[in-house]
Amino acid sequence: MTKLRVVHYINQFFAQIGGEEMAHIEPEKREGAVGPGAAFNAEFGEQAEIVATIICGDSYFGENMDKAKETVLEMVKAEKPDLFIAGPAFNAGRYGVACATITAAVKEELGIPAITGMYKENPGADMFKDKVYIISTRDSAAGMRKAVPPMAKLGIKLARGEEIGASSQEGYLPNGVRVNFFEEERGAARAAKMLVAKLAGKDFTTEYPMPSFDRVEPGKAIADMSKATIALVTSGGIVPKHNPDHIESSNASKYGEYDIADVNDLCCDGYETAHGGYDPVYANEDADRVLPVDVIRELVSEGKIGKLYDKFYTTVGNGTAVASAKKFGEEIGKKLKADGVDAVILTST
Amino acid sequence: MVKEIERTGLPVVHVCTVTPISLTVGANRIVPAVAIPHPLGNPSLDQKEEYQLRKELVEKSLKALQTEVDKQTIFED
Amino acid sequence: MKLQLGYIEISNVEFAEKSEIKDGVLYVNQEEVINEVLQDEHLKTARLEITKPGESCRITPVKDVIQPRVKVEGRGGVFPGWMHKVDTVGSGKTHVLRGVNVVTAGKIVGFQEGIIDMSGPGADYTPFSQFNNLVLVVEPKDGIHPHQYEKAARLAGLKTATMLGELARDLKPDETEEFETVGIKEGIEKYPDLPRVGYVMMLQSQGLLHDTYVYGVDAKQSLTTMIMPTETMDGAIISGNCVSACDKNTTFHHQNNPVIAELFKLHGKSINFVGVIITNENVYLADKMRSSDWTAKLAEFLQLDGAIVSQEGFGNPDTDLIMNCKKLEEKGIKTVIITDEYAGQDGKSQSLADADPAADAVVTGGNANMVIKLPALDRIIGMTDYVNVIAGGHDGSLQADGSIEGELQMITGATNEMGFNKLSAR
Repeated sequence: MTKLRVVHYINQFFAQIGGEEMAHIEPEKREGAVGPGAAFNAEFGEQAEIVATIICGDSYFGENMDKAKETVLEMVKAEKPDLFIAGPAFNAGRYGVACATITAAVKEELGIPAITGMYKENPGADMFKDKVYIISTRDSAAGMRKAVPPMAKLGIKLARGEEIGASSQEGYLPNGVRVNFFEEERGAARAAKMLVAKLAGKDFTTEYPMPSFDRVEPGKAIADMSKATIALVTSGGIVPKHNPDHIESSNASKYGEYDIADVNDLCCDGYETAHGGYDPVYANEDADRVLPVDVIRELVSEGKIGKLYDKFYTTVGNGTAVASAKKFGEEIGKKLKADGVDAVILTST
Repeated sequence: MVKEIERTGLPVVHVCTVTPISLTVGANRIVPAVAIPHPLGNPSLDQKEEYQLRKELVEKSLKALQTEVDKQTIFED
Repeated sequence: MKLQLGYIEISNVEFAEKSEIKDGVLYVNQEEVINEVLQDEHLKTARLEITKPGESCRITPVKDVIQPRVKVEGRGGVFPGWMHKVDTVGSGKTHVLRGVNVVTAGKIVGFQEGIIDMSGPGADYTPFSQFNNLVLVVEPKDGIHPHQYEKAARLAGLKTATMLGELARDLKPDETEEFETVGIKEGIEKYPDLPRVGYVMMLQSQGLLHDTYVYGVDAKQSLTTMIMPTETMDGAIISGNCVSACDKNTTFHHQNNPVIAELFKLHGKSINFVGVIITNENVYLADKMRSSDWTAKLAEFLQLDGAIVSQEGFGNPDTDLIMNCKKLEEKGIKTVIITDEYAGQDGKSQSLADADPAADAVVTGGNANMVIKLPALDRIIGMTDYVNVIAGGHDGSLQADGSIEGELQMITGATNEMGFNKLSAR
């Protein structure tokens, strides 16, 4: 097997050019490994080798971001590497941002596998952990010996296109992508241990950190309902009998759009639910229990609502990925807006 | 889904049973429904009563759509 | 309350003239079992099949998995309220057939029956690939209601397991284990310095076909209450539901509850395992509020310092889970929750339907949306007709060559929320 070609990016400090007083230096390329590169080469063994090292001052990179990026990318490209490694940057802020920025650029613009490493609180981590693999390191260069092996290992995996395990296995900072893997112990044993640690006031790591949810500005209230067009949307899986579009009973990959211009009532034989997460008997008996077409029609005839929009939109909200629901919502919202709908009643089971 | 539709600027009222989930997913106008398998119905009532119940819920939803809100609001009554 | 479990190791299962257990082999007279099962007027046909670990065999649609046990000393009998009259179980001695399970299969009731592969990649995800399985395939009479069919299939499984359990009544166990729960005062006196820990077990009770039974009572009709850990070992709780196969707690899981097992291991060493609170997952918001209030109230009354909460199913039960956790934490009770995730096939979506900062200690059974490819296997027990419609499947899941592509959801027990498995996610 030929050795993988690796290009390494470091700052002026790790190249032993100097500290803050030399942070202004422009990017330069040297052949072979420099500074921490030696540790990477030792770790790579016969599998890979640093063919070139790019050195750039942290201030220069920070103050000339676009130019620096462009120069470094050119230098990387010329080497035709199989892998690009930056840092590790530990808790050095400017160095971390530079490492993460250039790693992301190499990955996205050159399509070359790239990896970096830094402390979890480094600002570069927060900015880029969703875009590139960032190996979690200690907060100072004293953590070099521990940082190199996981960076080398994950780097080689990326370069070879091998499957990447979960963050806790590979050592990268959680990037919002949930990956399954087999733990050493079963869940109940992990839970018991976690509880014992929590009770003792000791450190423990949750396996799923709670998310923060974003919010959206409330739509303006309807001034005159008697002139408004109302649309019905549901995640309760109401579909015409026999589910013509085969919407899945769980984790739906699509939504349905069905015409109800001539429908006054969803009872009893024409509609059913495709939802696999609740007892379907009641909705199958009378789908108005989920999507109140009958009542809306009456309110329209009473003049309390201007109009019921001619179509309804439906999907199954059972175990359906938020990303899918988001996509459905965007598309449905766009269509409704374009068709002059004024407000939406969305029902969920 | 609620949030993305509302992002287009249309007011959305979310009629659902498990209002805590609705709050979590970020609906702004929330009307509590009857039960998960029959949010706008109740099979234990007779047909007329059930229809009346549904009508009240829809009217409550309309009221919600006609009410300006500046934060997540559950329309209890 | 003290219970001794005596394990009878079963290394093999064979059909034979006479039902008996000899030298670790379970011999089963097929006809005897079938005759008993077909006493139920709702069932048209029933047959038994045997499959063993490593065989190129797929069982689907799987309804429930049950471990044969028999009560040899003490009050009551296994599966009280169903196979024996209601009487408090959980004390005395019980024999366990370890290494064989009864698996019920047949035409689907809802969308949510599952798959057990005995070999190949699917076998890694279901704990039941590791056992000899005696599969009872039933077929309902035409025209009966889904809930009648569900009940008939459920009882057929319990009957079979009970019959097989009886065979171990007079045998000498290969290994025994003892479990004891003492009263509150005695526990405090015995372990004055150990943190008091309870287990909150959430029982699926979302409605028809999504039910769990405690001593024969549908859990949705019950307020949050307590049960002795050893009662669960005698089959006081059984599964009657069709939630997604991956996070359905089968009757086997209730008989072999991993949280109870792990807490007993630590009992008297690092914790004082006080007892089990059982609560439900109902469809009315008021019920969710009431049940979780009650959980916190009982936990406070038991003066718990810590609790583990396990879940069944996903979606709106995530709210019950979060409510339980939040209300326990508000009482100052340190809480760990066990759940699984629906993070989308790409793993990038929100994993739970509900969330709260109080849930800062979470154990996960993995992402149920993960796509898995199951190769065609030589033998099918049951039928693959439903692979495209069960939860986790999609139109086209079943490929022409018999292989299956779908989500982990389809596999029975894959992301168990009692923490039975090693599968996890980050």
